[in-house]
Amino acid sequence: MNTATFSLATLAPAIPEIVLAFLVLTLLVMDAFLAEEDRHVTYWLAVLALVGTAALTAYTVGRPTVVTFQGMFVADLMSQVLKVATLLTVAATLVLGRTYLAARGLLSGEFLCLAIFSALGMMVMISAHHFLTLYLGLELMALSQYAMVALQRDSARATEAGMKYFVLGALSSGLLLYGLSMIYGATGSLELTRVAFAIEHNQANRILAVFGLVFVVSGIAFKLGTAPFHMWVPDVYHGAATPATLMIGAAPKIAAFAFVMRLLANGLQGMTADWQQMLAVLAVASIALGNIVAIAQTNLKRMLAYSTIAHMGFLVTGILAGNDNGYSSAMFYLVAYVIMTLGSFGMILLLSRSGFEAEELDDFKGLNQKSRWYAFVMLVMMFSLTGLPPTAGFFAKLAVLQAAWEAGFQPLVVFAVLMSVIGAFYYLRIVKLMYMDAPACEITLEPRADARWLLSATAIATLALGVLPGPLLDLCARAITASM
Amino acid sequence: MLLQGYLLSAAIWVPIAFGVAVLAIGNDRNPLPARWTALAGSVLGLAVCIPLWTGFEPTAAMQFVELASWIPRFNVSYHLGVDGISMPLLLLNSLMTVLVVVAHWEVITDKVGQYLGAFLIQSGLINGVFAALDAILFYVFFEAMLIPMFLIIGVWGGPNRVYAAVKFFLYTLLGSLLMLAAFIYLYIQSGGSFQILDFHKLPLTMTAQVLVFLAMLMSFAVKVPMWPVHTWLPDAHVEAPTGGSVILAAITLKIGGYGFLRFNLPIAPDASHYLDTFMITLSLIAVVYIGLVALVQTDMKKLIAYSSISHMGFVTLGFFIFNEEGMLGGMMQMISHGFISAALFLCVGVLYDRVHSREISSYGGVANRMPVFAAFFVLFAMANSGLPGTSGFIGEFVVILGTIKVSFWYAFLAATAVILGAAYNLWMTKRVMFGEVANEDVRALEDVNARELVFLALLAVAVIWMGVQPKPLGDVMSPALQELLRHVGQSKL
Repeated sequence: MNTATFSLATLAPAIPEIVLAFLVLTLLVMDAFLAEEDRHVTYWLAVLALVGTAALTAYTVGRPTVVTFQGMFVADLMSQVLKVATLLTVAATLVLGRTYLAARGLLSGEFLCLAIFSALGMMVMISAHHFLTLYLGLELMALSQYAMVALQRDSARATEAGMKYFVLGALSSGLLLYGLSMIYGATGSLELTRVAFAIEHNQANRILAVFGLVFVVSGIAFKLGTAPFHMWVPDVYHGAATPATLMIGAAPKIAAFAFVMRLLANGLQGMTADWQQMLAVLAVASIALGNIVAIAQTNLKRMLAYSTIAHMGFLVTGILAGNDNGYSSAMFYLVAYVIMTLGSFGMILLLSRSGFEAEELDDFKGLNQKSRWYAFVMLVMMFSLTGLPPTAGFFAKLAVLQAAWEAGFQPLVVFAVLMSVIGAFYYLRIVKLMYMDAPACEITLEPRADARWLLSATAIATLALGVLPGPLLDLCARAITASM
Repeated sequence: MLLQGYLLSAAIWVPIAFGVAVLAIGNDRNPLPARWTALAGSVLGLAVCIPLWTGFEPTAAMQFVELASWIPRFNVSYHLGVDGISMPLLLLNSLMTVLVVVAHWEVITDKVGQYLGAFLIQSGLINGVFAALDAILFYVFFEAMLIPMFLIIGVWGGPNRVYAAVKFFLYTLLGSLLMLAAFIYLYIQSGGSFQILDFHKLPLTMTAQVLVFLAMLMSFAVKVPMWPVHTWLPDAHVEAPTGGSVILAAITLKIGGYGFLRFNLPIAPDASHYLDTFMITLSLIAVVYIGLVALVQTDMKKLIAYSSISHMGFVTLGFFIFNEEGMLGGMMQMISHGFISAALFLCVGVLYDRVHSREISSYGGVANRMPVFAAFFVLFAMANSGLPGTSGFIGEFVVILGTIKVSFWYAFLAATAVILGAAYNLWMTKRVMFGEVANEDVRALEDVNARELVFLALLAVAVIWMGVQPKPLGDVMSPALQELLRHVGQSKL
C-alpha cells in the first residue's frame, strides 16, 4: 500500500468529523474554566457545535462518493444524510432533556461532551469502510453511552443500568470482533470492498466466513436490540435518566443501521442468502416478543423499550429483503422511527419535573384536560407507532412490508401484520388514558419554549411525512443506490 | 364554477379544514363560535356535494375524476372519482354530517370543539373512502377514519365507553391490516400499480383470489358487520353519543357494503362465485338470528343496533346472489337504512336527552305527552319494518325478489326477517309510545323543539320520498351495477 501520498486533500471528506472533534475538545477544556452558574454556556455551545456540524455536513450533500484513508473511510450520500440526521437527533435530545438534566444536576460539561463524543463515534461508524473504523466508531459511541447512563451516581437504578449495559455491550463487542476476525481469516482483508470481492469470487473459505457471519449478526442484533439479544434494552431504558435513554434510543439506531448496511449489504453481500435467514429469525422473534411483552408493562419507558424491540424487528424486515428497495425502505423506517422516539420520549420529559418522573402510564391520565395540544402530540406519536395513516409510521410499515413481500417473505409479512394488531392495544391504552380518564395527579408541563417547539415540530413532521412521504422516500432510495 | 374539476377534493377537504378550524376555536365557556363554524362547514360540505348529484351522467364510468401523482416511488396517486355506487353514499354522508351537527346543539356541553372537530374531520375522511380510486389512498382514509370514531365513542360515550371504543378499534384494525397485506400482494402482481381499476382487470389464480377475497372479507365483514364478527357493534352503539351512533349506523356500516362492491366482487369474481353459498349463509344467519336477538332487547339503542345488523344482512345477501335485483336492492337498502337508522338513533337521542335512560321499561305512554314526536317515531319504526311507501320497503322487497330467482328457501328465510322486523319494531313502539303514562319522568316530557323538528322532518321526507319515488336513485345506480355484474360474470382464470 502506498503510504507516501498523504496530503491535506485526503482529509477533506472527513472535515465534519474533524471539526466536531476539535469543537468537543475545545469545549472540554473550556468547561473546566466555567463557573457552575455559567453552565448554560456549555450547553448552548454544545448544541451549536452539533447543529453547526450538521449544517456543514448538509453542505456536502450531493458530492460524489469518495473513499479515503486507504479505503478506511467513505463519504457518500447515505453517510451524509445519516450524519445530518444523527447530529440533529443528538442536538434535539439535548434540547428536550435540558430541564430534566438541570433539575437533577446532570447538566454538566461531562454529559454534554460525552453526548458529542458519542455523536462523533456514530459519524465514524456511518462513514466506516473498514472493519477497524467500524469498530473504532462503535466503541467510541458505546463507551460514551455507558458513561452517560451511569453518570447519575446517586441513583442505584441508573448505576445498575450502566453496569448491565456495559457488561452486555462489551460481550456483544467481543462477539462482533470474534466474527470479524474469522471473516478476516476467511477473506484476508479488513476492507469492505476487498472482503466483498473475495467472497463474490469464491476466494474465501466459505465455512469460516459463514461461521464468522453468525457472530457478526449476533453482535449486530445486540446493538440494534433485537430479540433474542434484547435483554439489556428494557432495563437500560428504564434505569437510565430519561435524556440518557433518549440518547441510547434515538441516534444510535441511525448509526446501527449504517453499521448493518456497511457490514451486511456492502461487505458481505455475497452471503445475502445466509444472513437473510438469520435476520428473518431476529425479525420474527423481535416483533412477537416486543409487541406481546409490551402489553404487560405499566412503566412507559419499559413499554417503549419493548416497542423499540418490535420496531427494530420491522427495520430488520426491511433489510432482510436484501435489495435496494428493502434497504431504502428500512432507511425511511429508521428516520420515521427516530422522529417518533424523539416525540414520545420528549413527552415524558415534558411532563417530568424536579423530583417527579412522569414515566408511569398513569402519569398521562387526563392529559387532554390539561393541554389539548400536547395530548394531540402524544396521540400522533402513538398512532404513528401503531402504523396508522396519516402518519409517518404507516408509510414506514407499508414500505418495509412490501419490500419483504417482494423478496419472498410473505409469511413473515402476514405475521408482522397480525402482531401489529396486538401492538395497537398498548399504544391505544395511552390514548385512552389521555383522553378518557380523569387526571390522577397534578400535571405540569415543561416550561422551556424551545423544547416545546421542538416537540411540536416532531408531531408536525410525523404528520407531514404521513401525508407527503414522497420526497424522503426518494432521498432514501438515492442514498442507498449511491452507497451500493 | 370555481370548483369545477375539484368537486371531490372539495367534498373531502372542506369538512376537514373546517374541522381543524373548529378544533382551534373550540372553547367550552363559549361554544357558540365552534358550533356555528361547524354548522357552516357541514352545510358547505353538503353544498359542494350537490353538483355531484345534478351533474352526474347515468353511465357506468368513473366521473369527476381527479388524478395526480402522490408518492412516485410506489406509484401511488391521488386518484379520485365516483360512479353510481359511491356517489349516493358520499351524498348520504355529507347530509348526515349536517344532521349530526344540528343534533348535538344543546346536548353536548363538554369539549364541544373537539366533538365537532372530530365529526367534521371524520366526515371528510369518509368522503375520501368513497371517492378514492387508489388502494393506498383508500386505505389511508379508511384507517384514519378510525381515530376520530375511537375518540368520539371513548370520550363522549356512556359508562362502558372505553371497552366499546377499544373493541371497535381492534376489530376494525385486524380486518384492515389483512386487507393491506392483500393490497401489497396485488401491487406486486400487477407489476407496481395501486390503482383499484387496475386490480379489477388483474388476472389471478383461484387460490390467490380466494386468499385475497378472505383478507378483504375480514376487513369489510367487520365493518358491515356480518355475523359472527358483529359483536363490536351493539357495544359501540350503546356507548356512543347520539351523533356517533348516527354516523356509525348510517355511514360506516355502508363502507363495508361498498367495499364488497368495489373490491371483493370485481377483484376476485371467481372466488366470489365459489364462496357465494358461504356468504349467503352468513347473511341469512344475520337476517334471521340477529332479528331474533333484536326481539329480546330491553335497551332501545341495542335493539336498533341489532336491527341494523339484520338489515345489513339483506345487503350482503343481495350482493352475493349475483343478479340485478339483488345488487340494486342491496344498494337501495344501504341508502334507506342510512336514513332510517339515523332517524331512529336520533329519536332515541331525543328521549335520552330528556329522561337519561335508554331502557324500554323506563318509558310508556310517551305519545300522550309528545304527540308530534310519536308520529315521527311510529313512521320510522314502520319504515324500519319495511312498510310499503317508505324507503325500507324498496330495498327488502327487491332483494327478496332477486333471491327467489335463485332459491325459494333463501327467499323464504329472508322474508321471515320482515315479519321479525315488524315484531320487534311494533313491540318496541307499543311499549314506549302507547298505553298509560308510565311514570313521572314521562309525565314531565315536553314535545320536540324546532331544532329537533327540523332533523326529524328532513329524514321523514327522505324516507317517504325514497319510498314512493325510488326511480331517480335507481337510475343513478343501475348502469354501474350492471357493469359490475357483467364484470363479475367474466372469469379471471
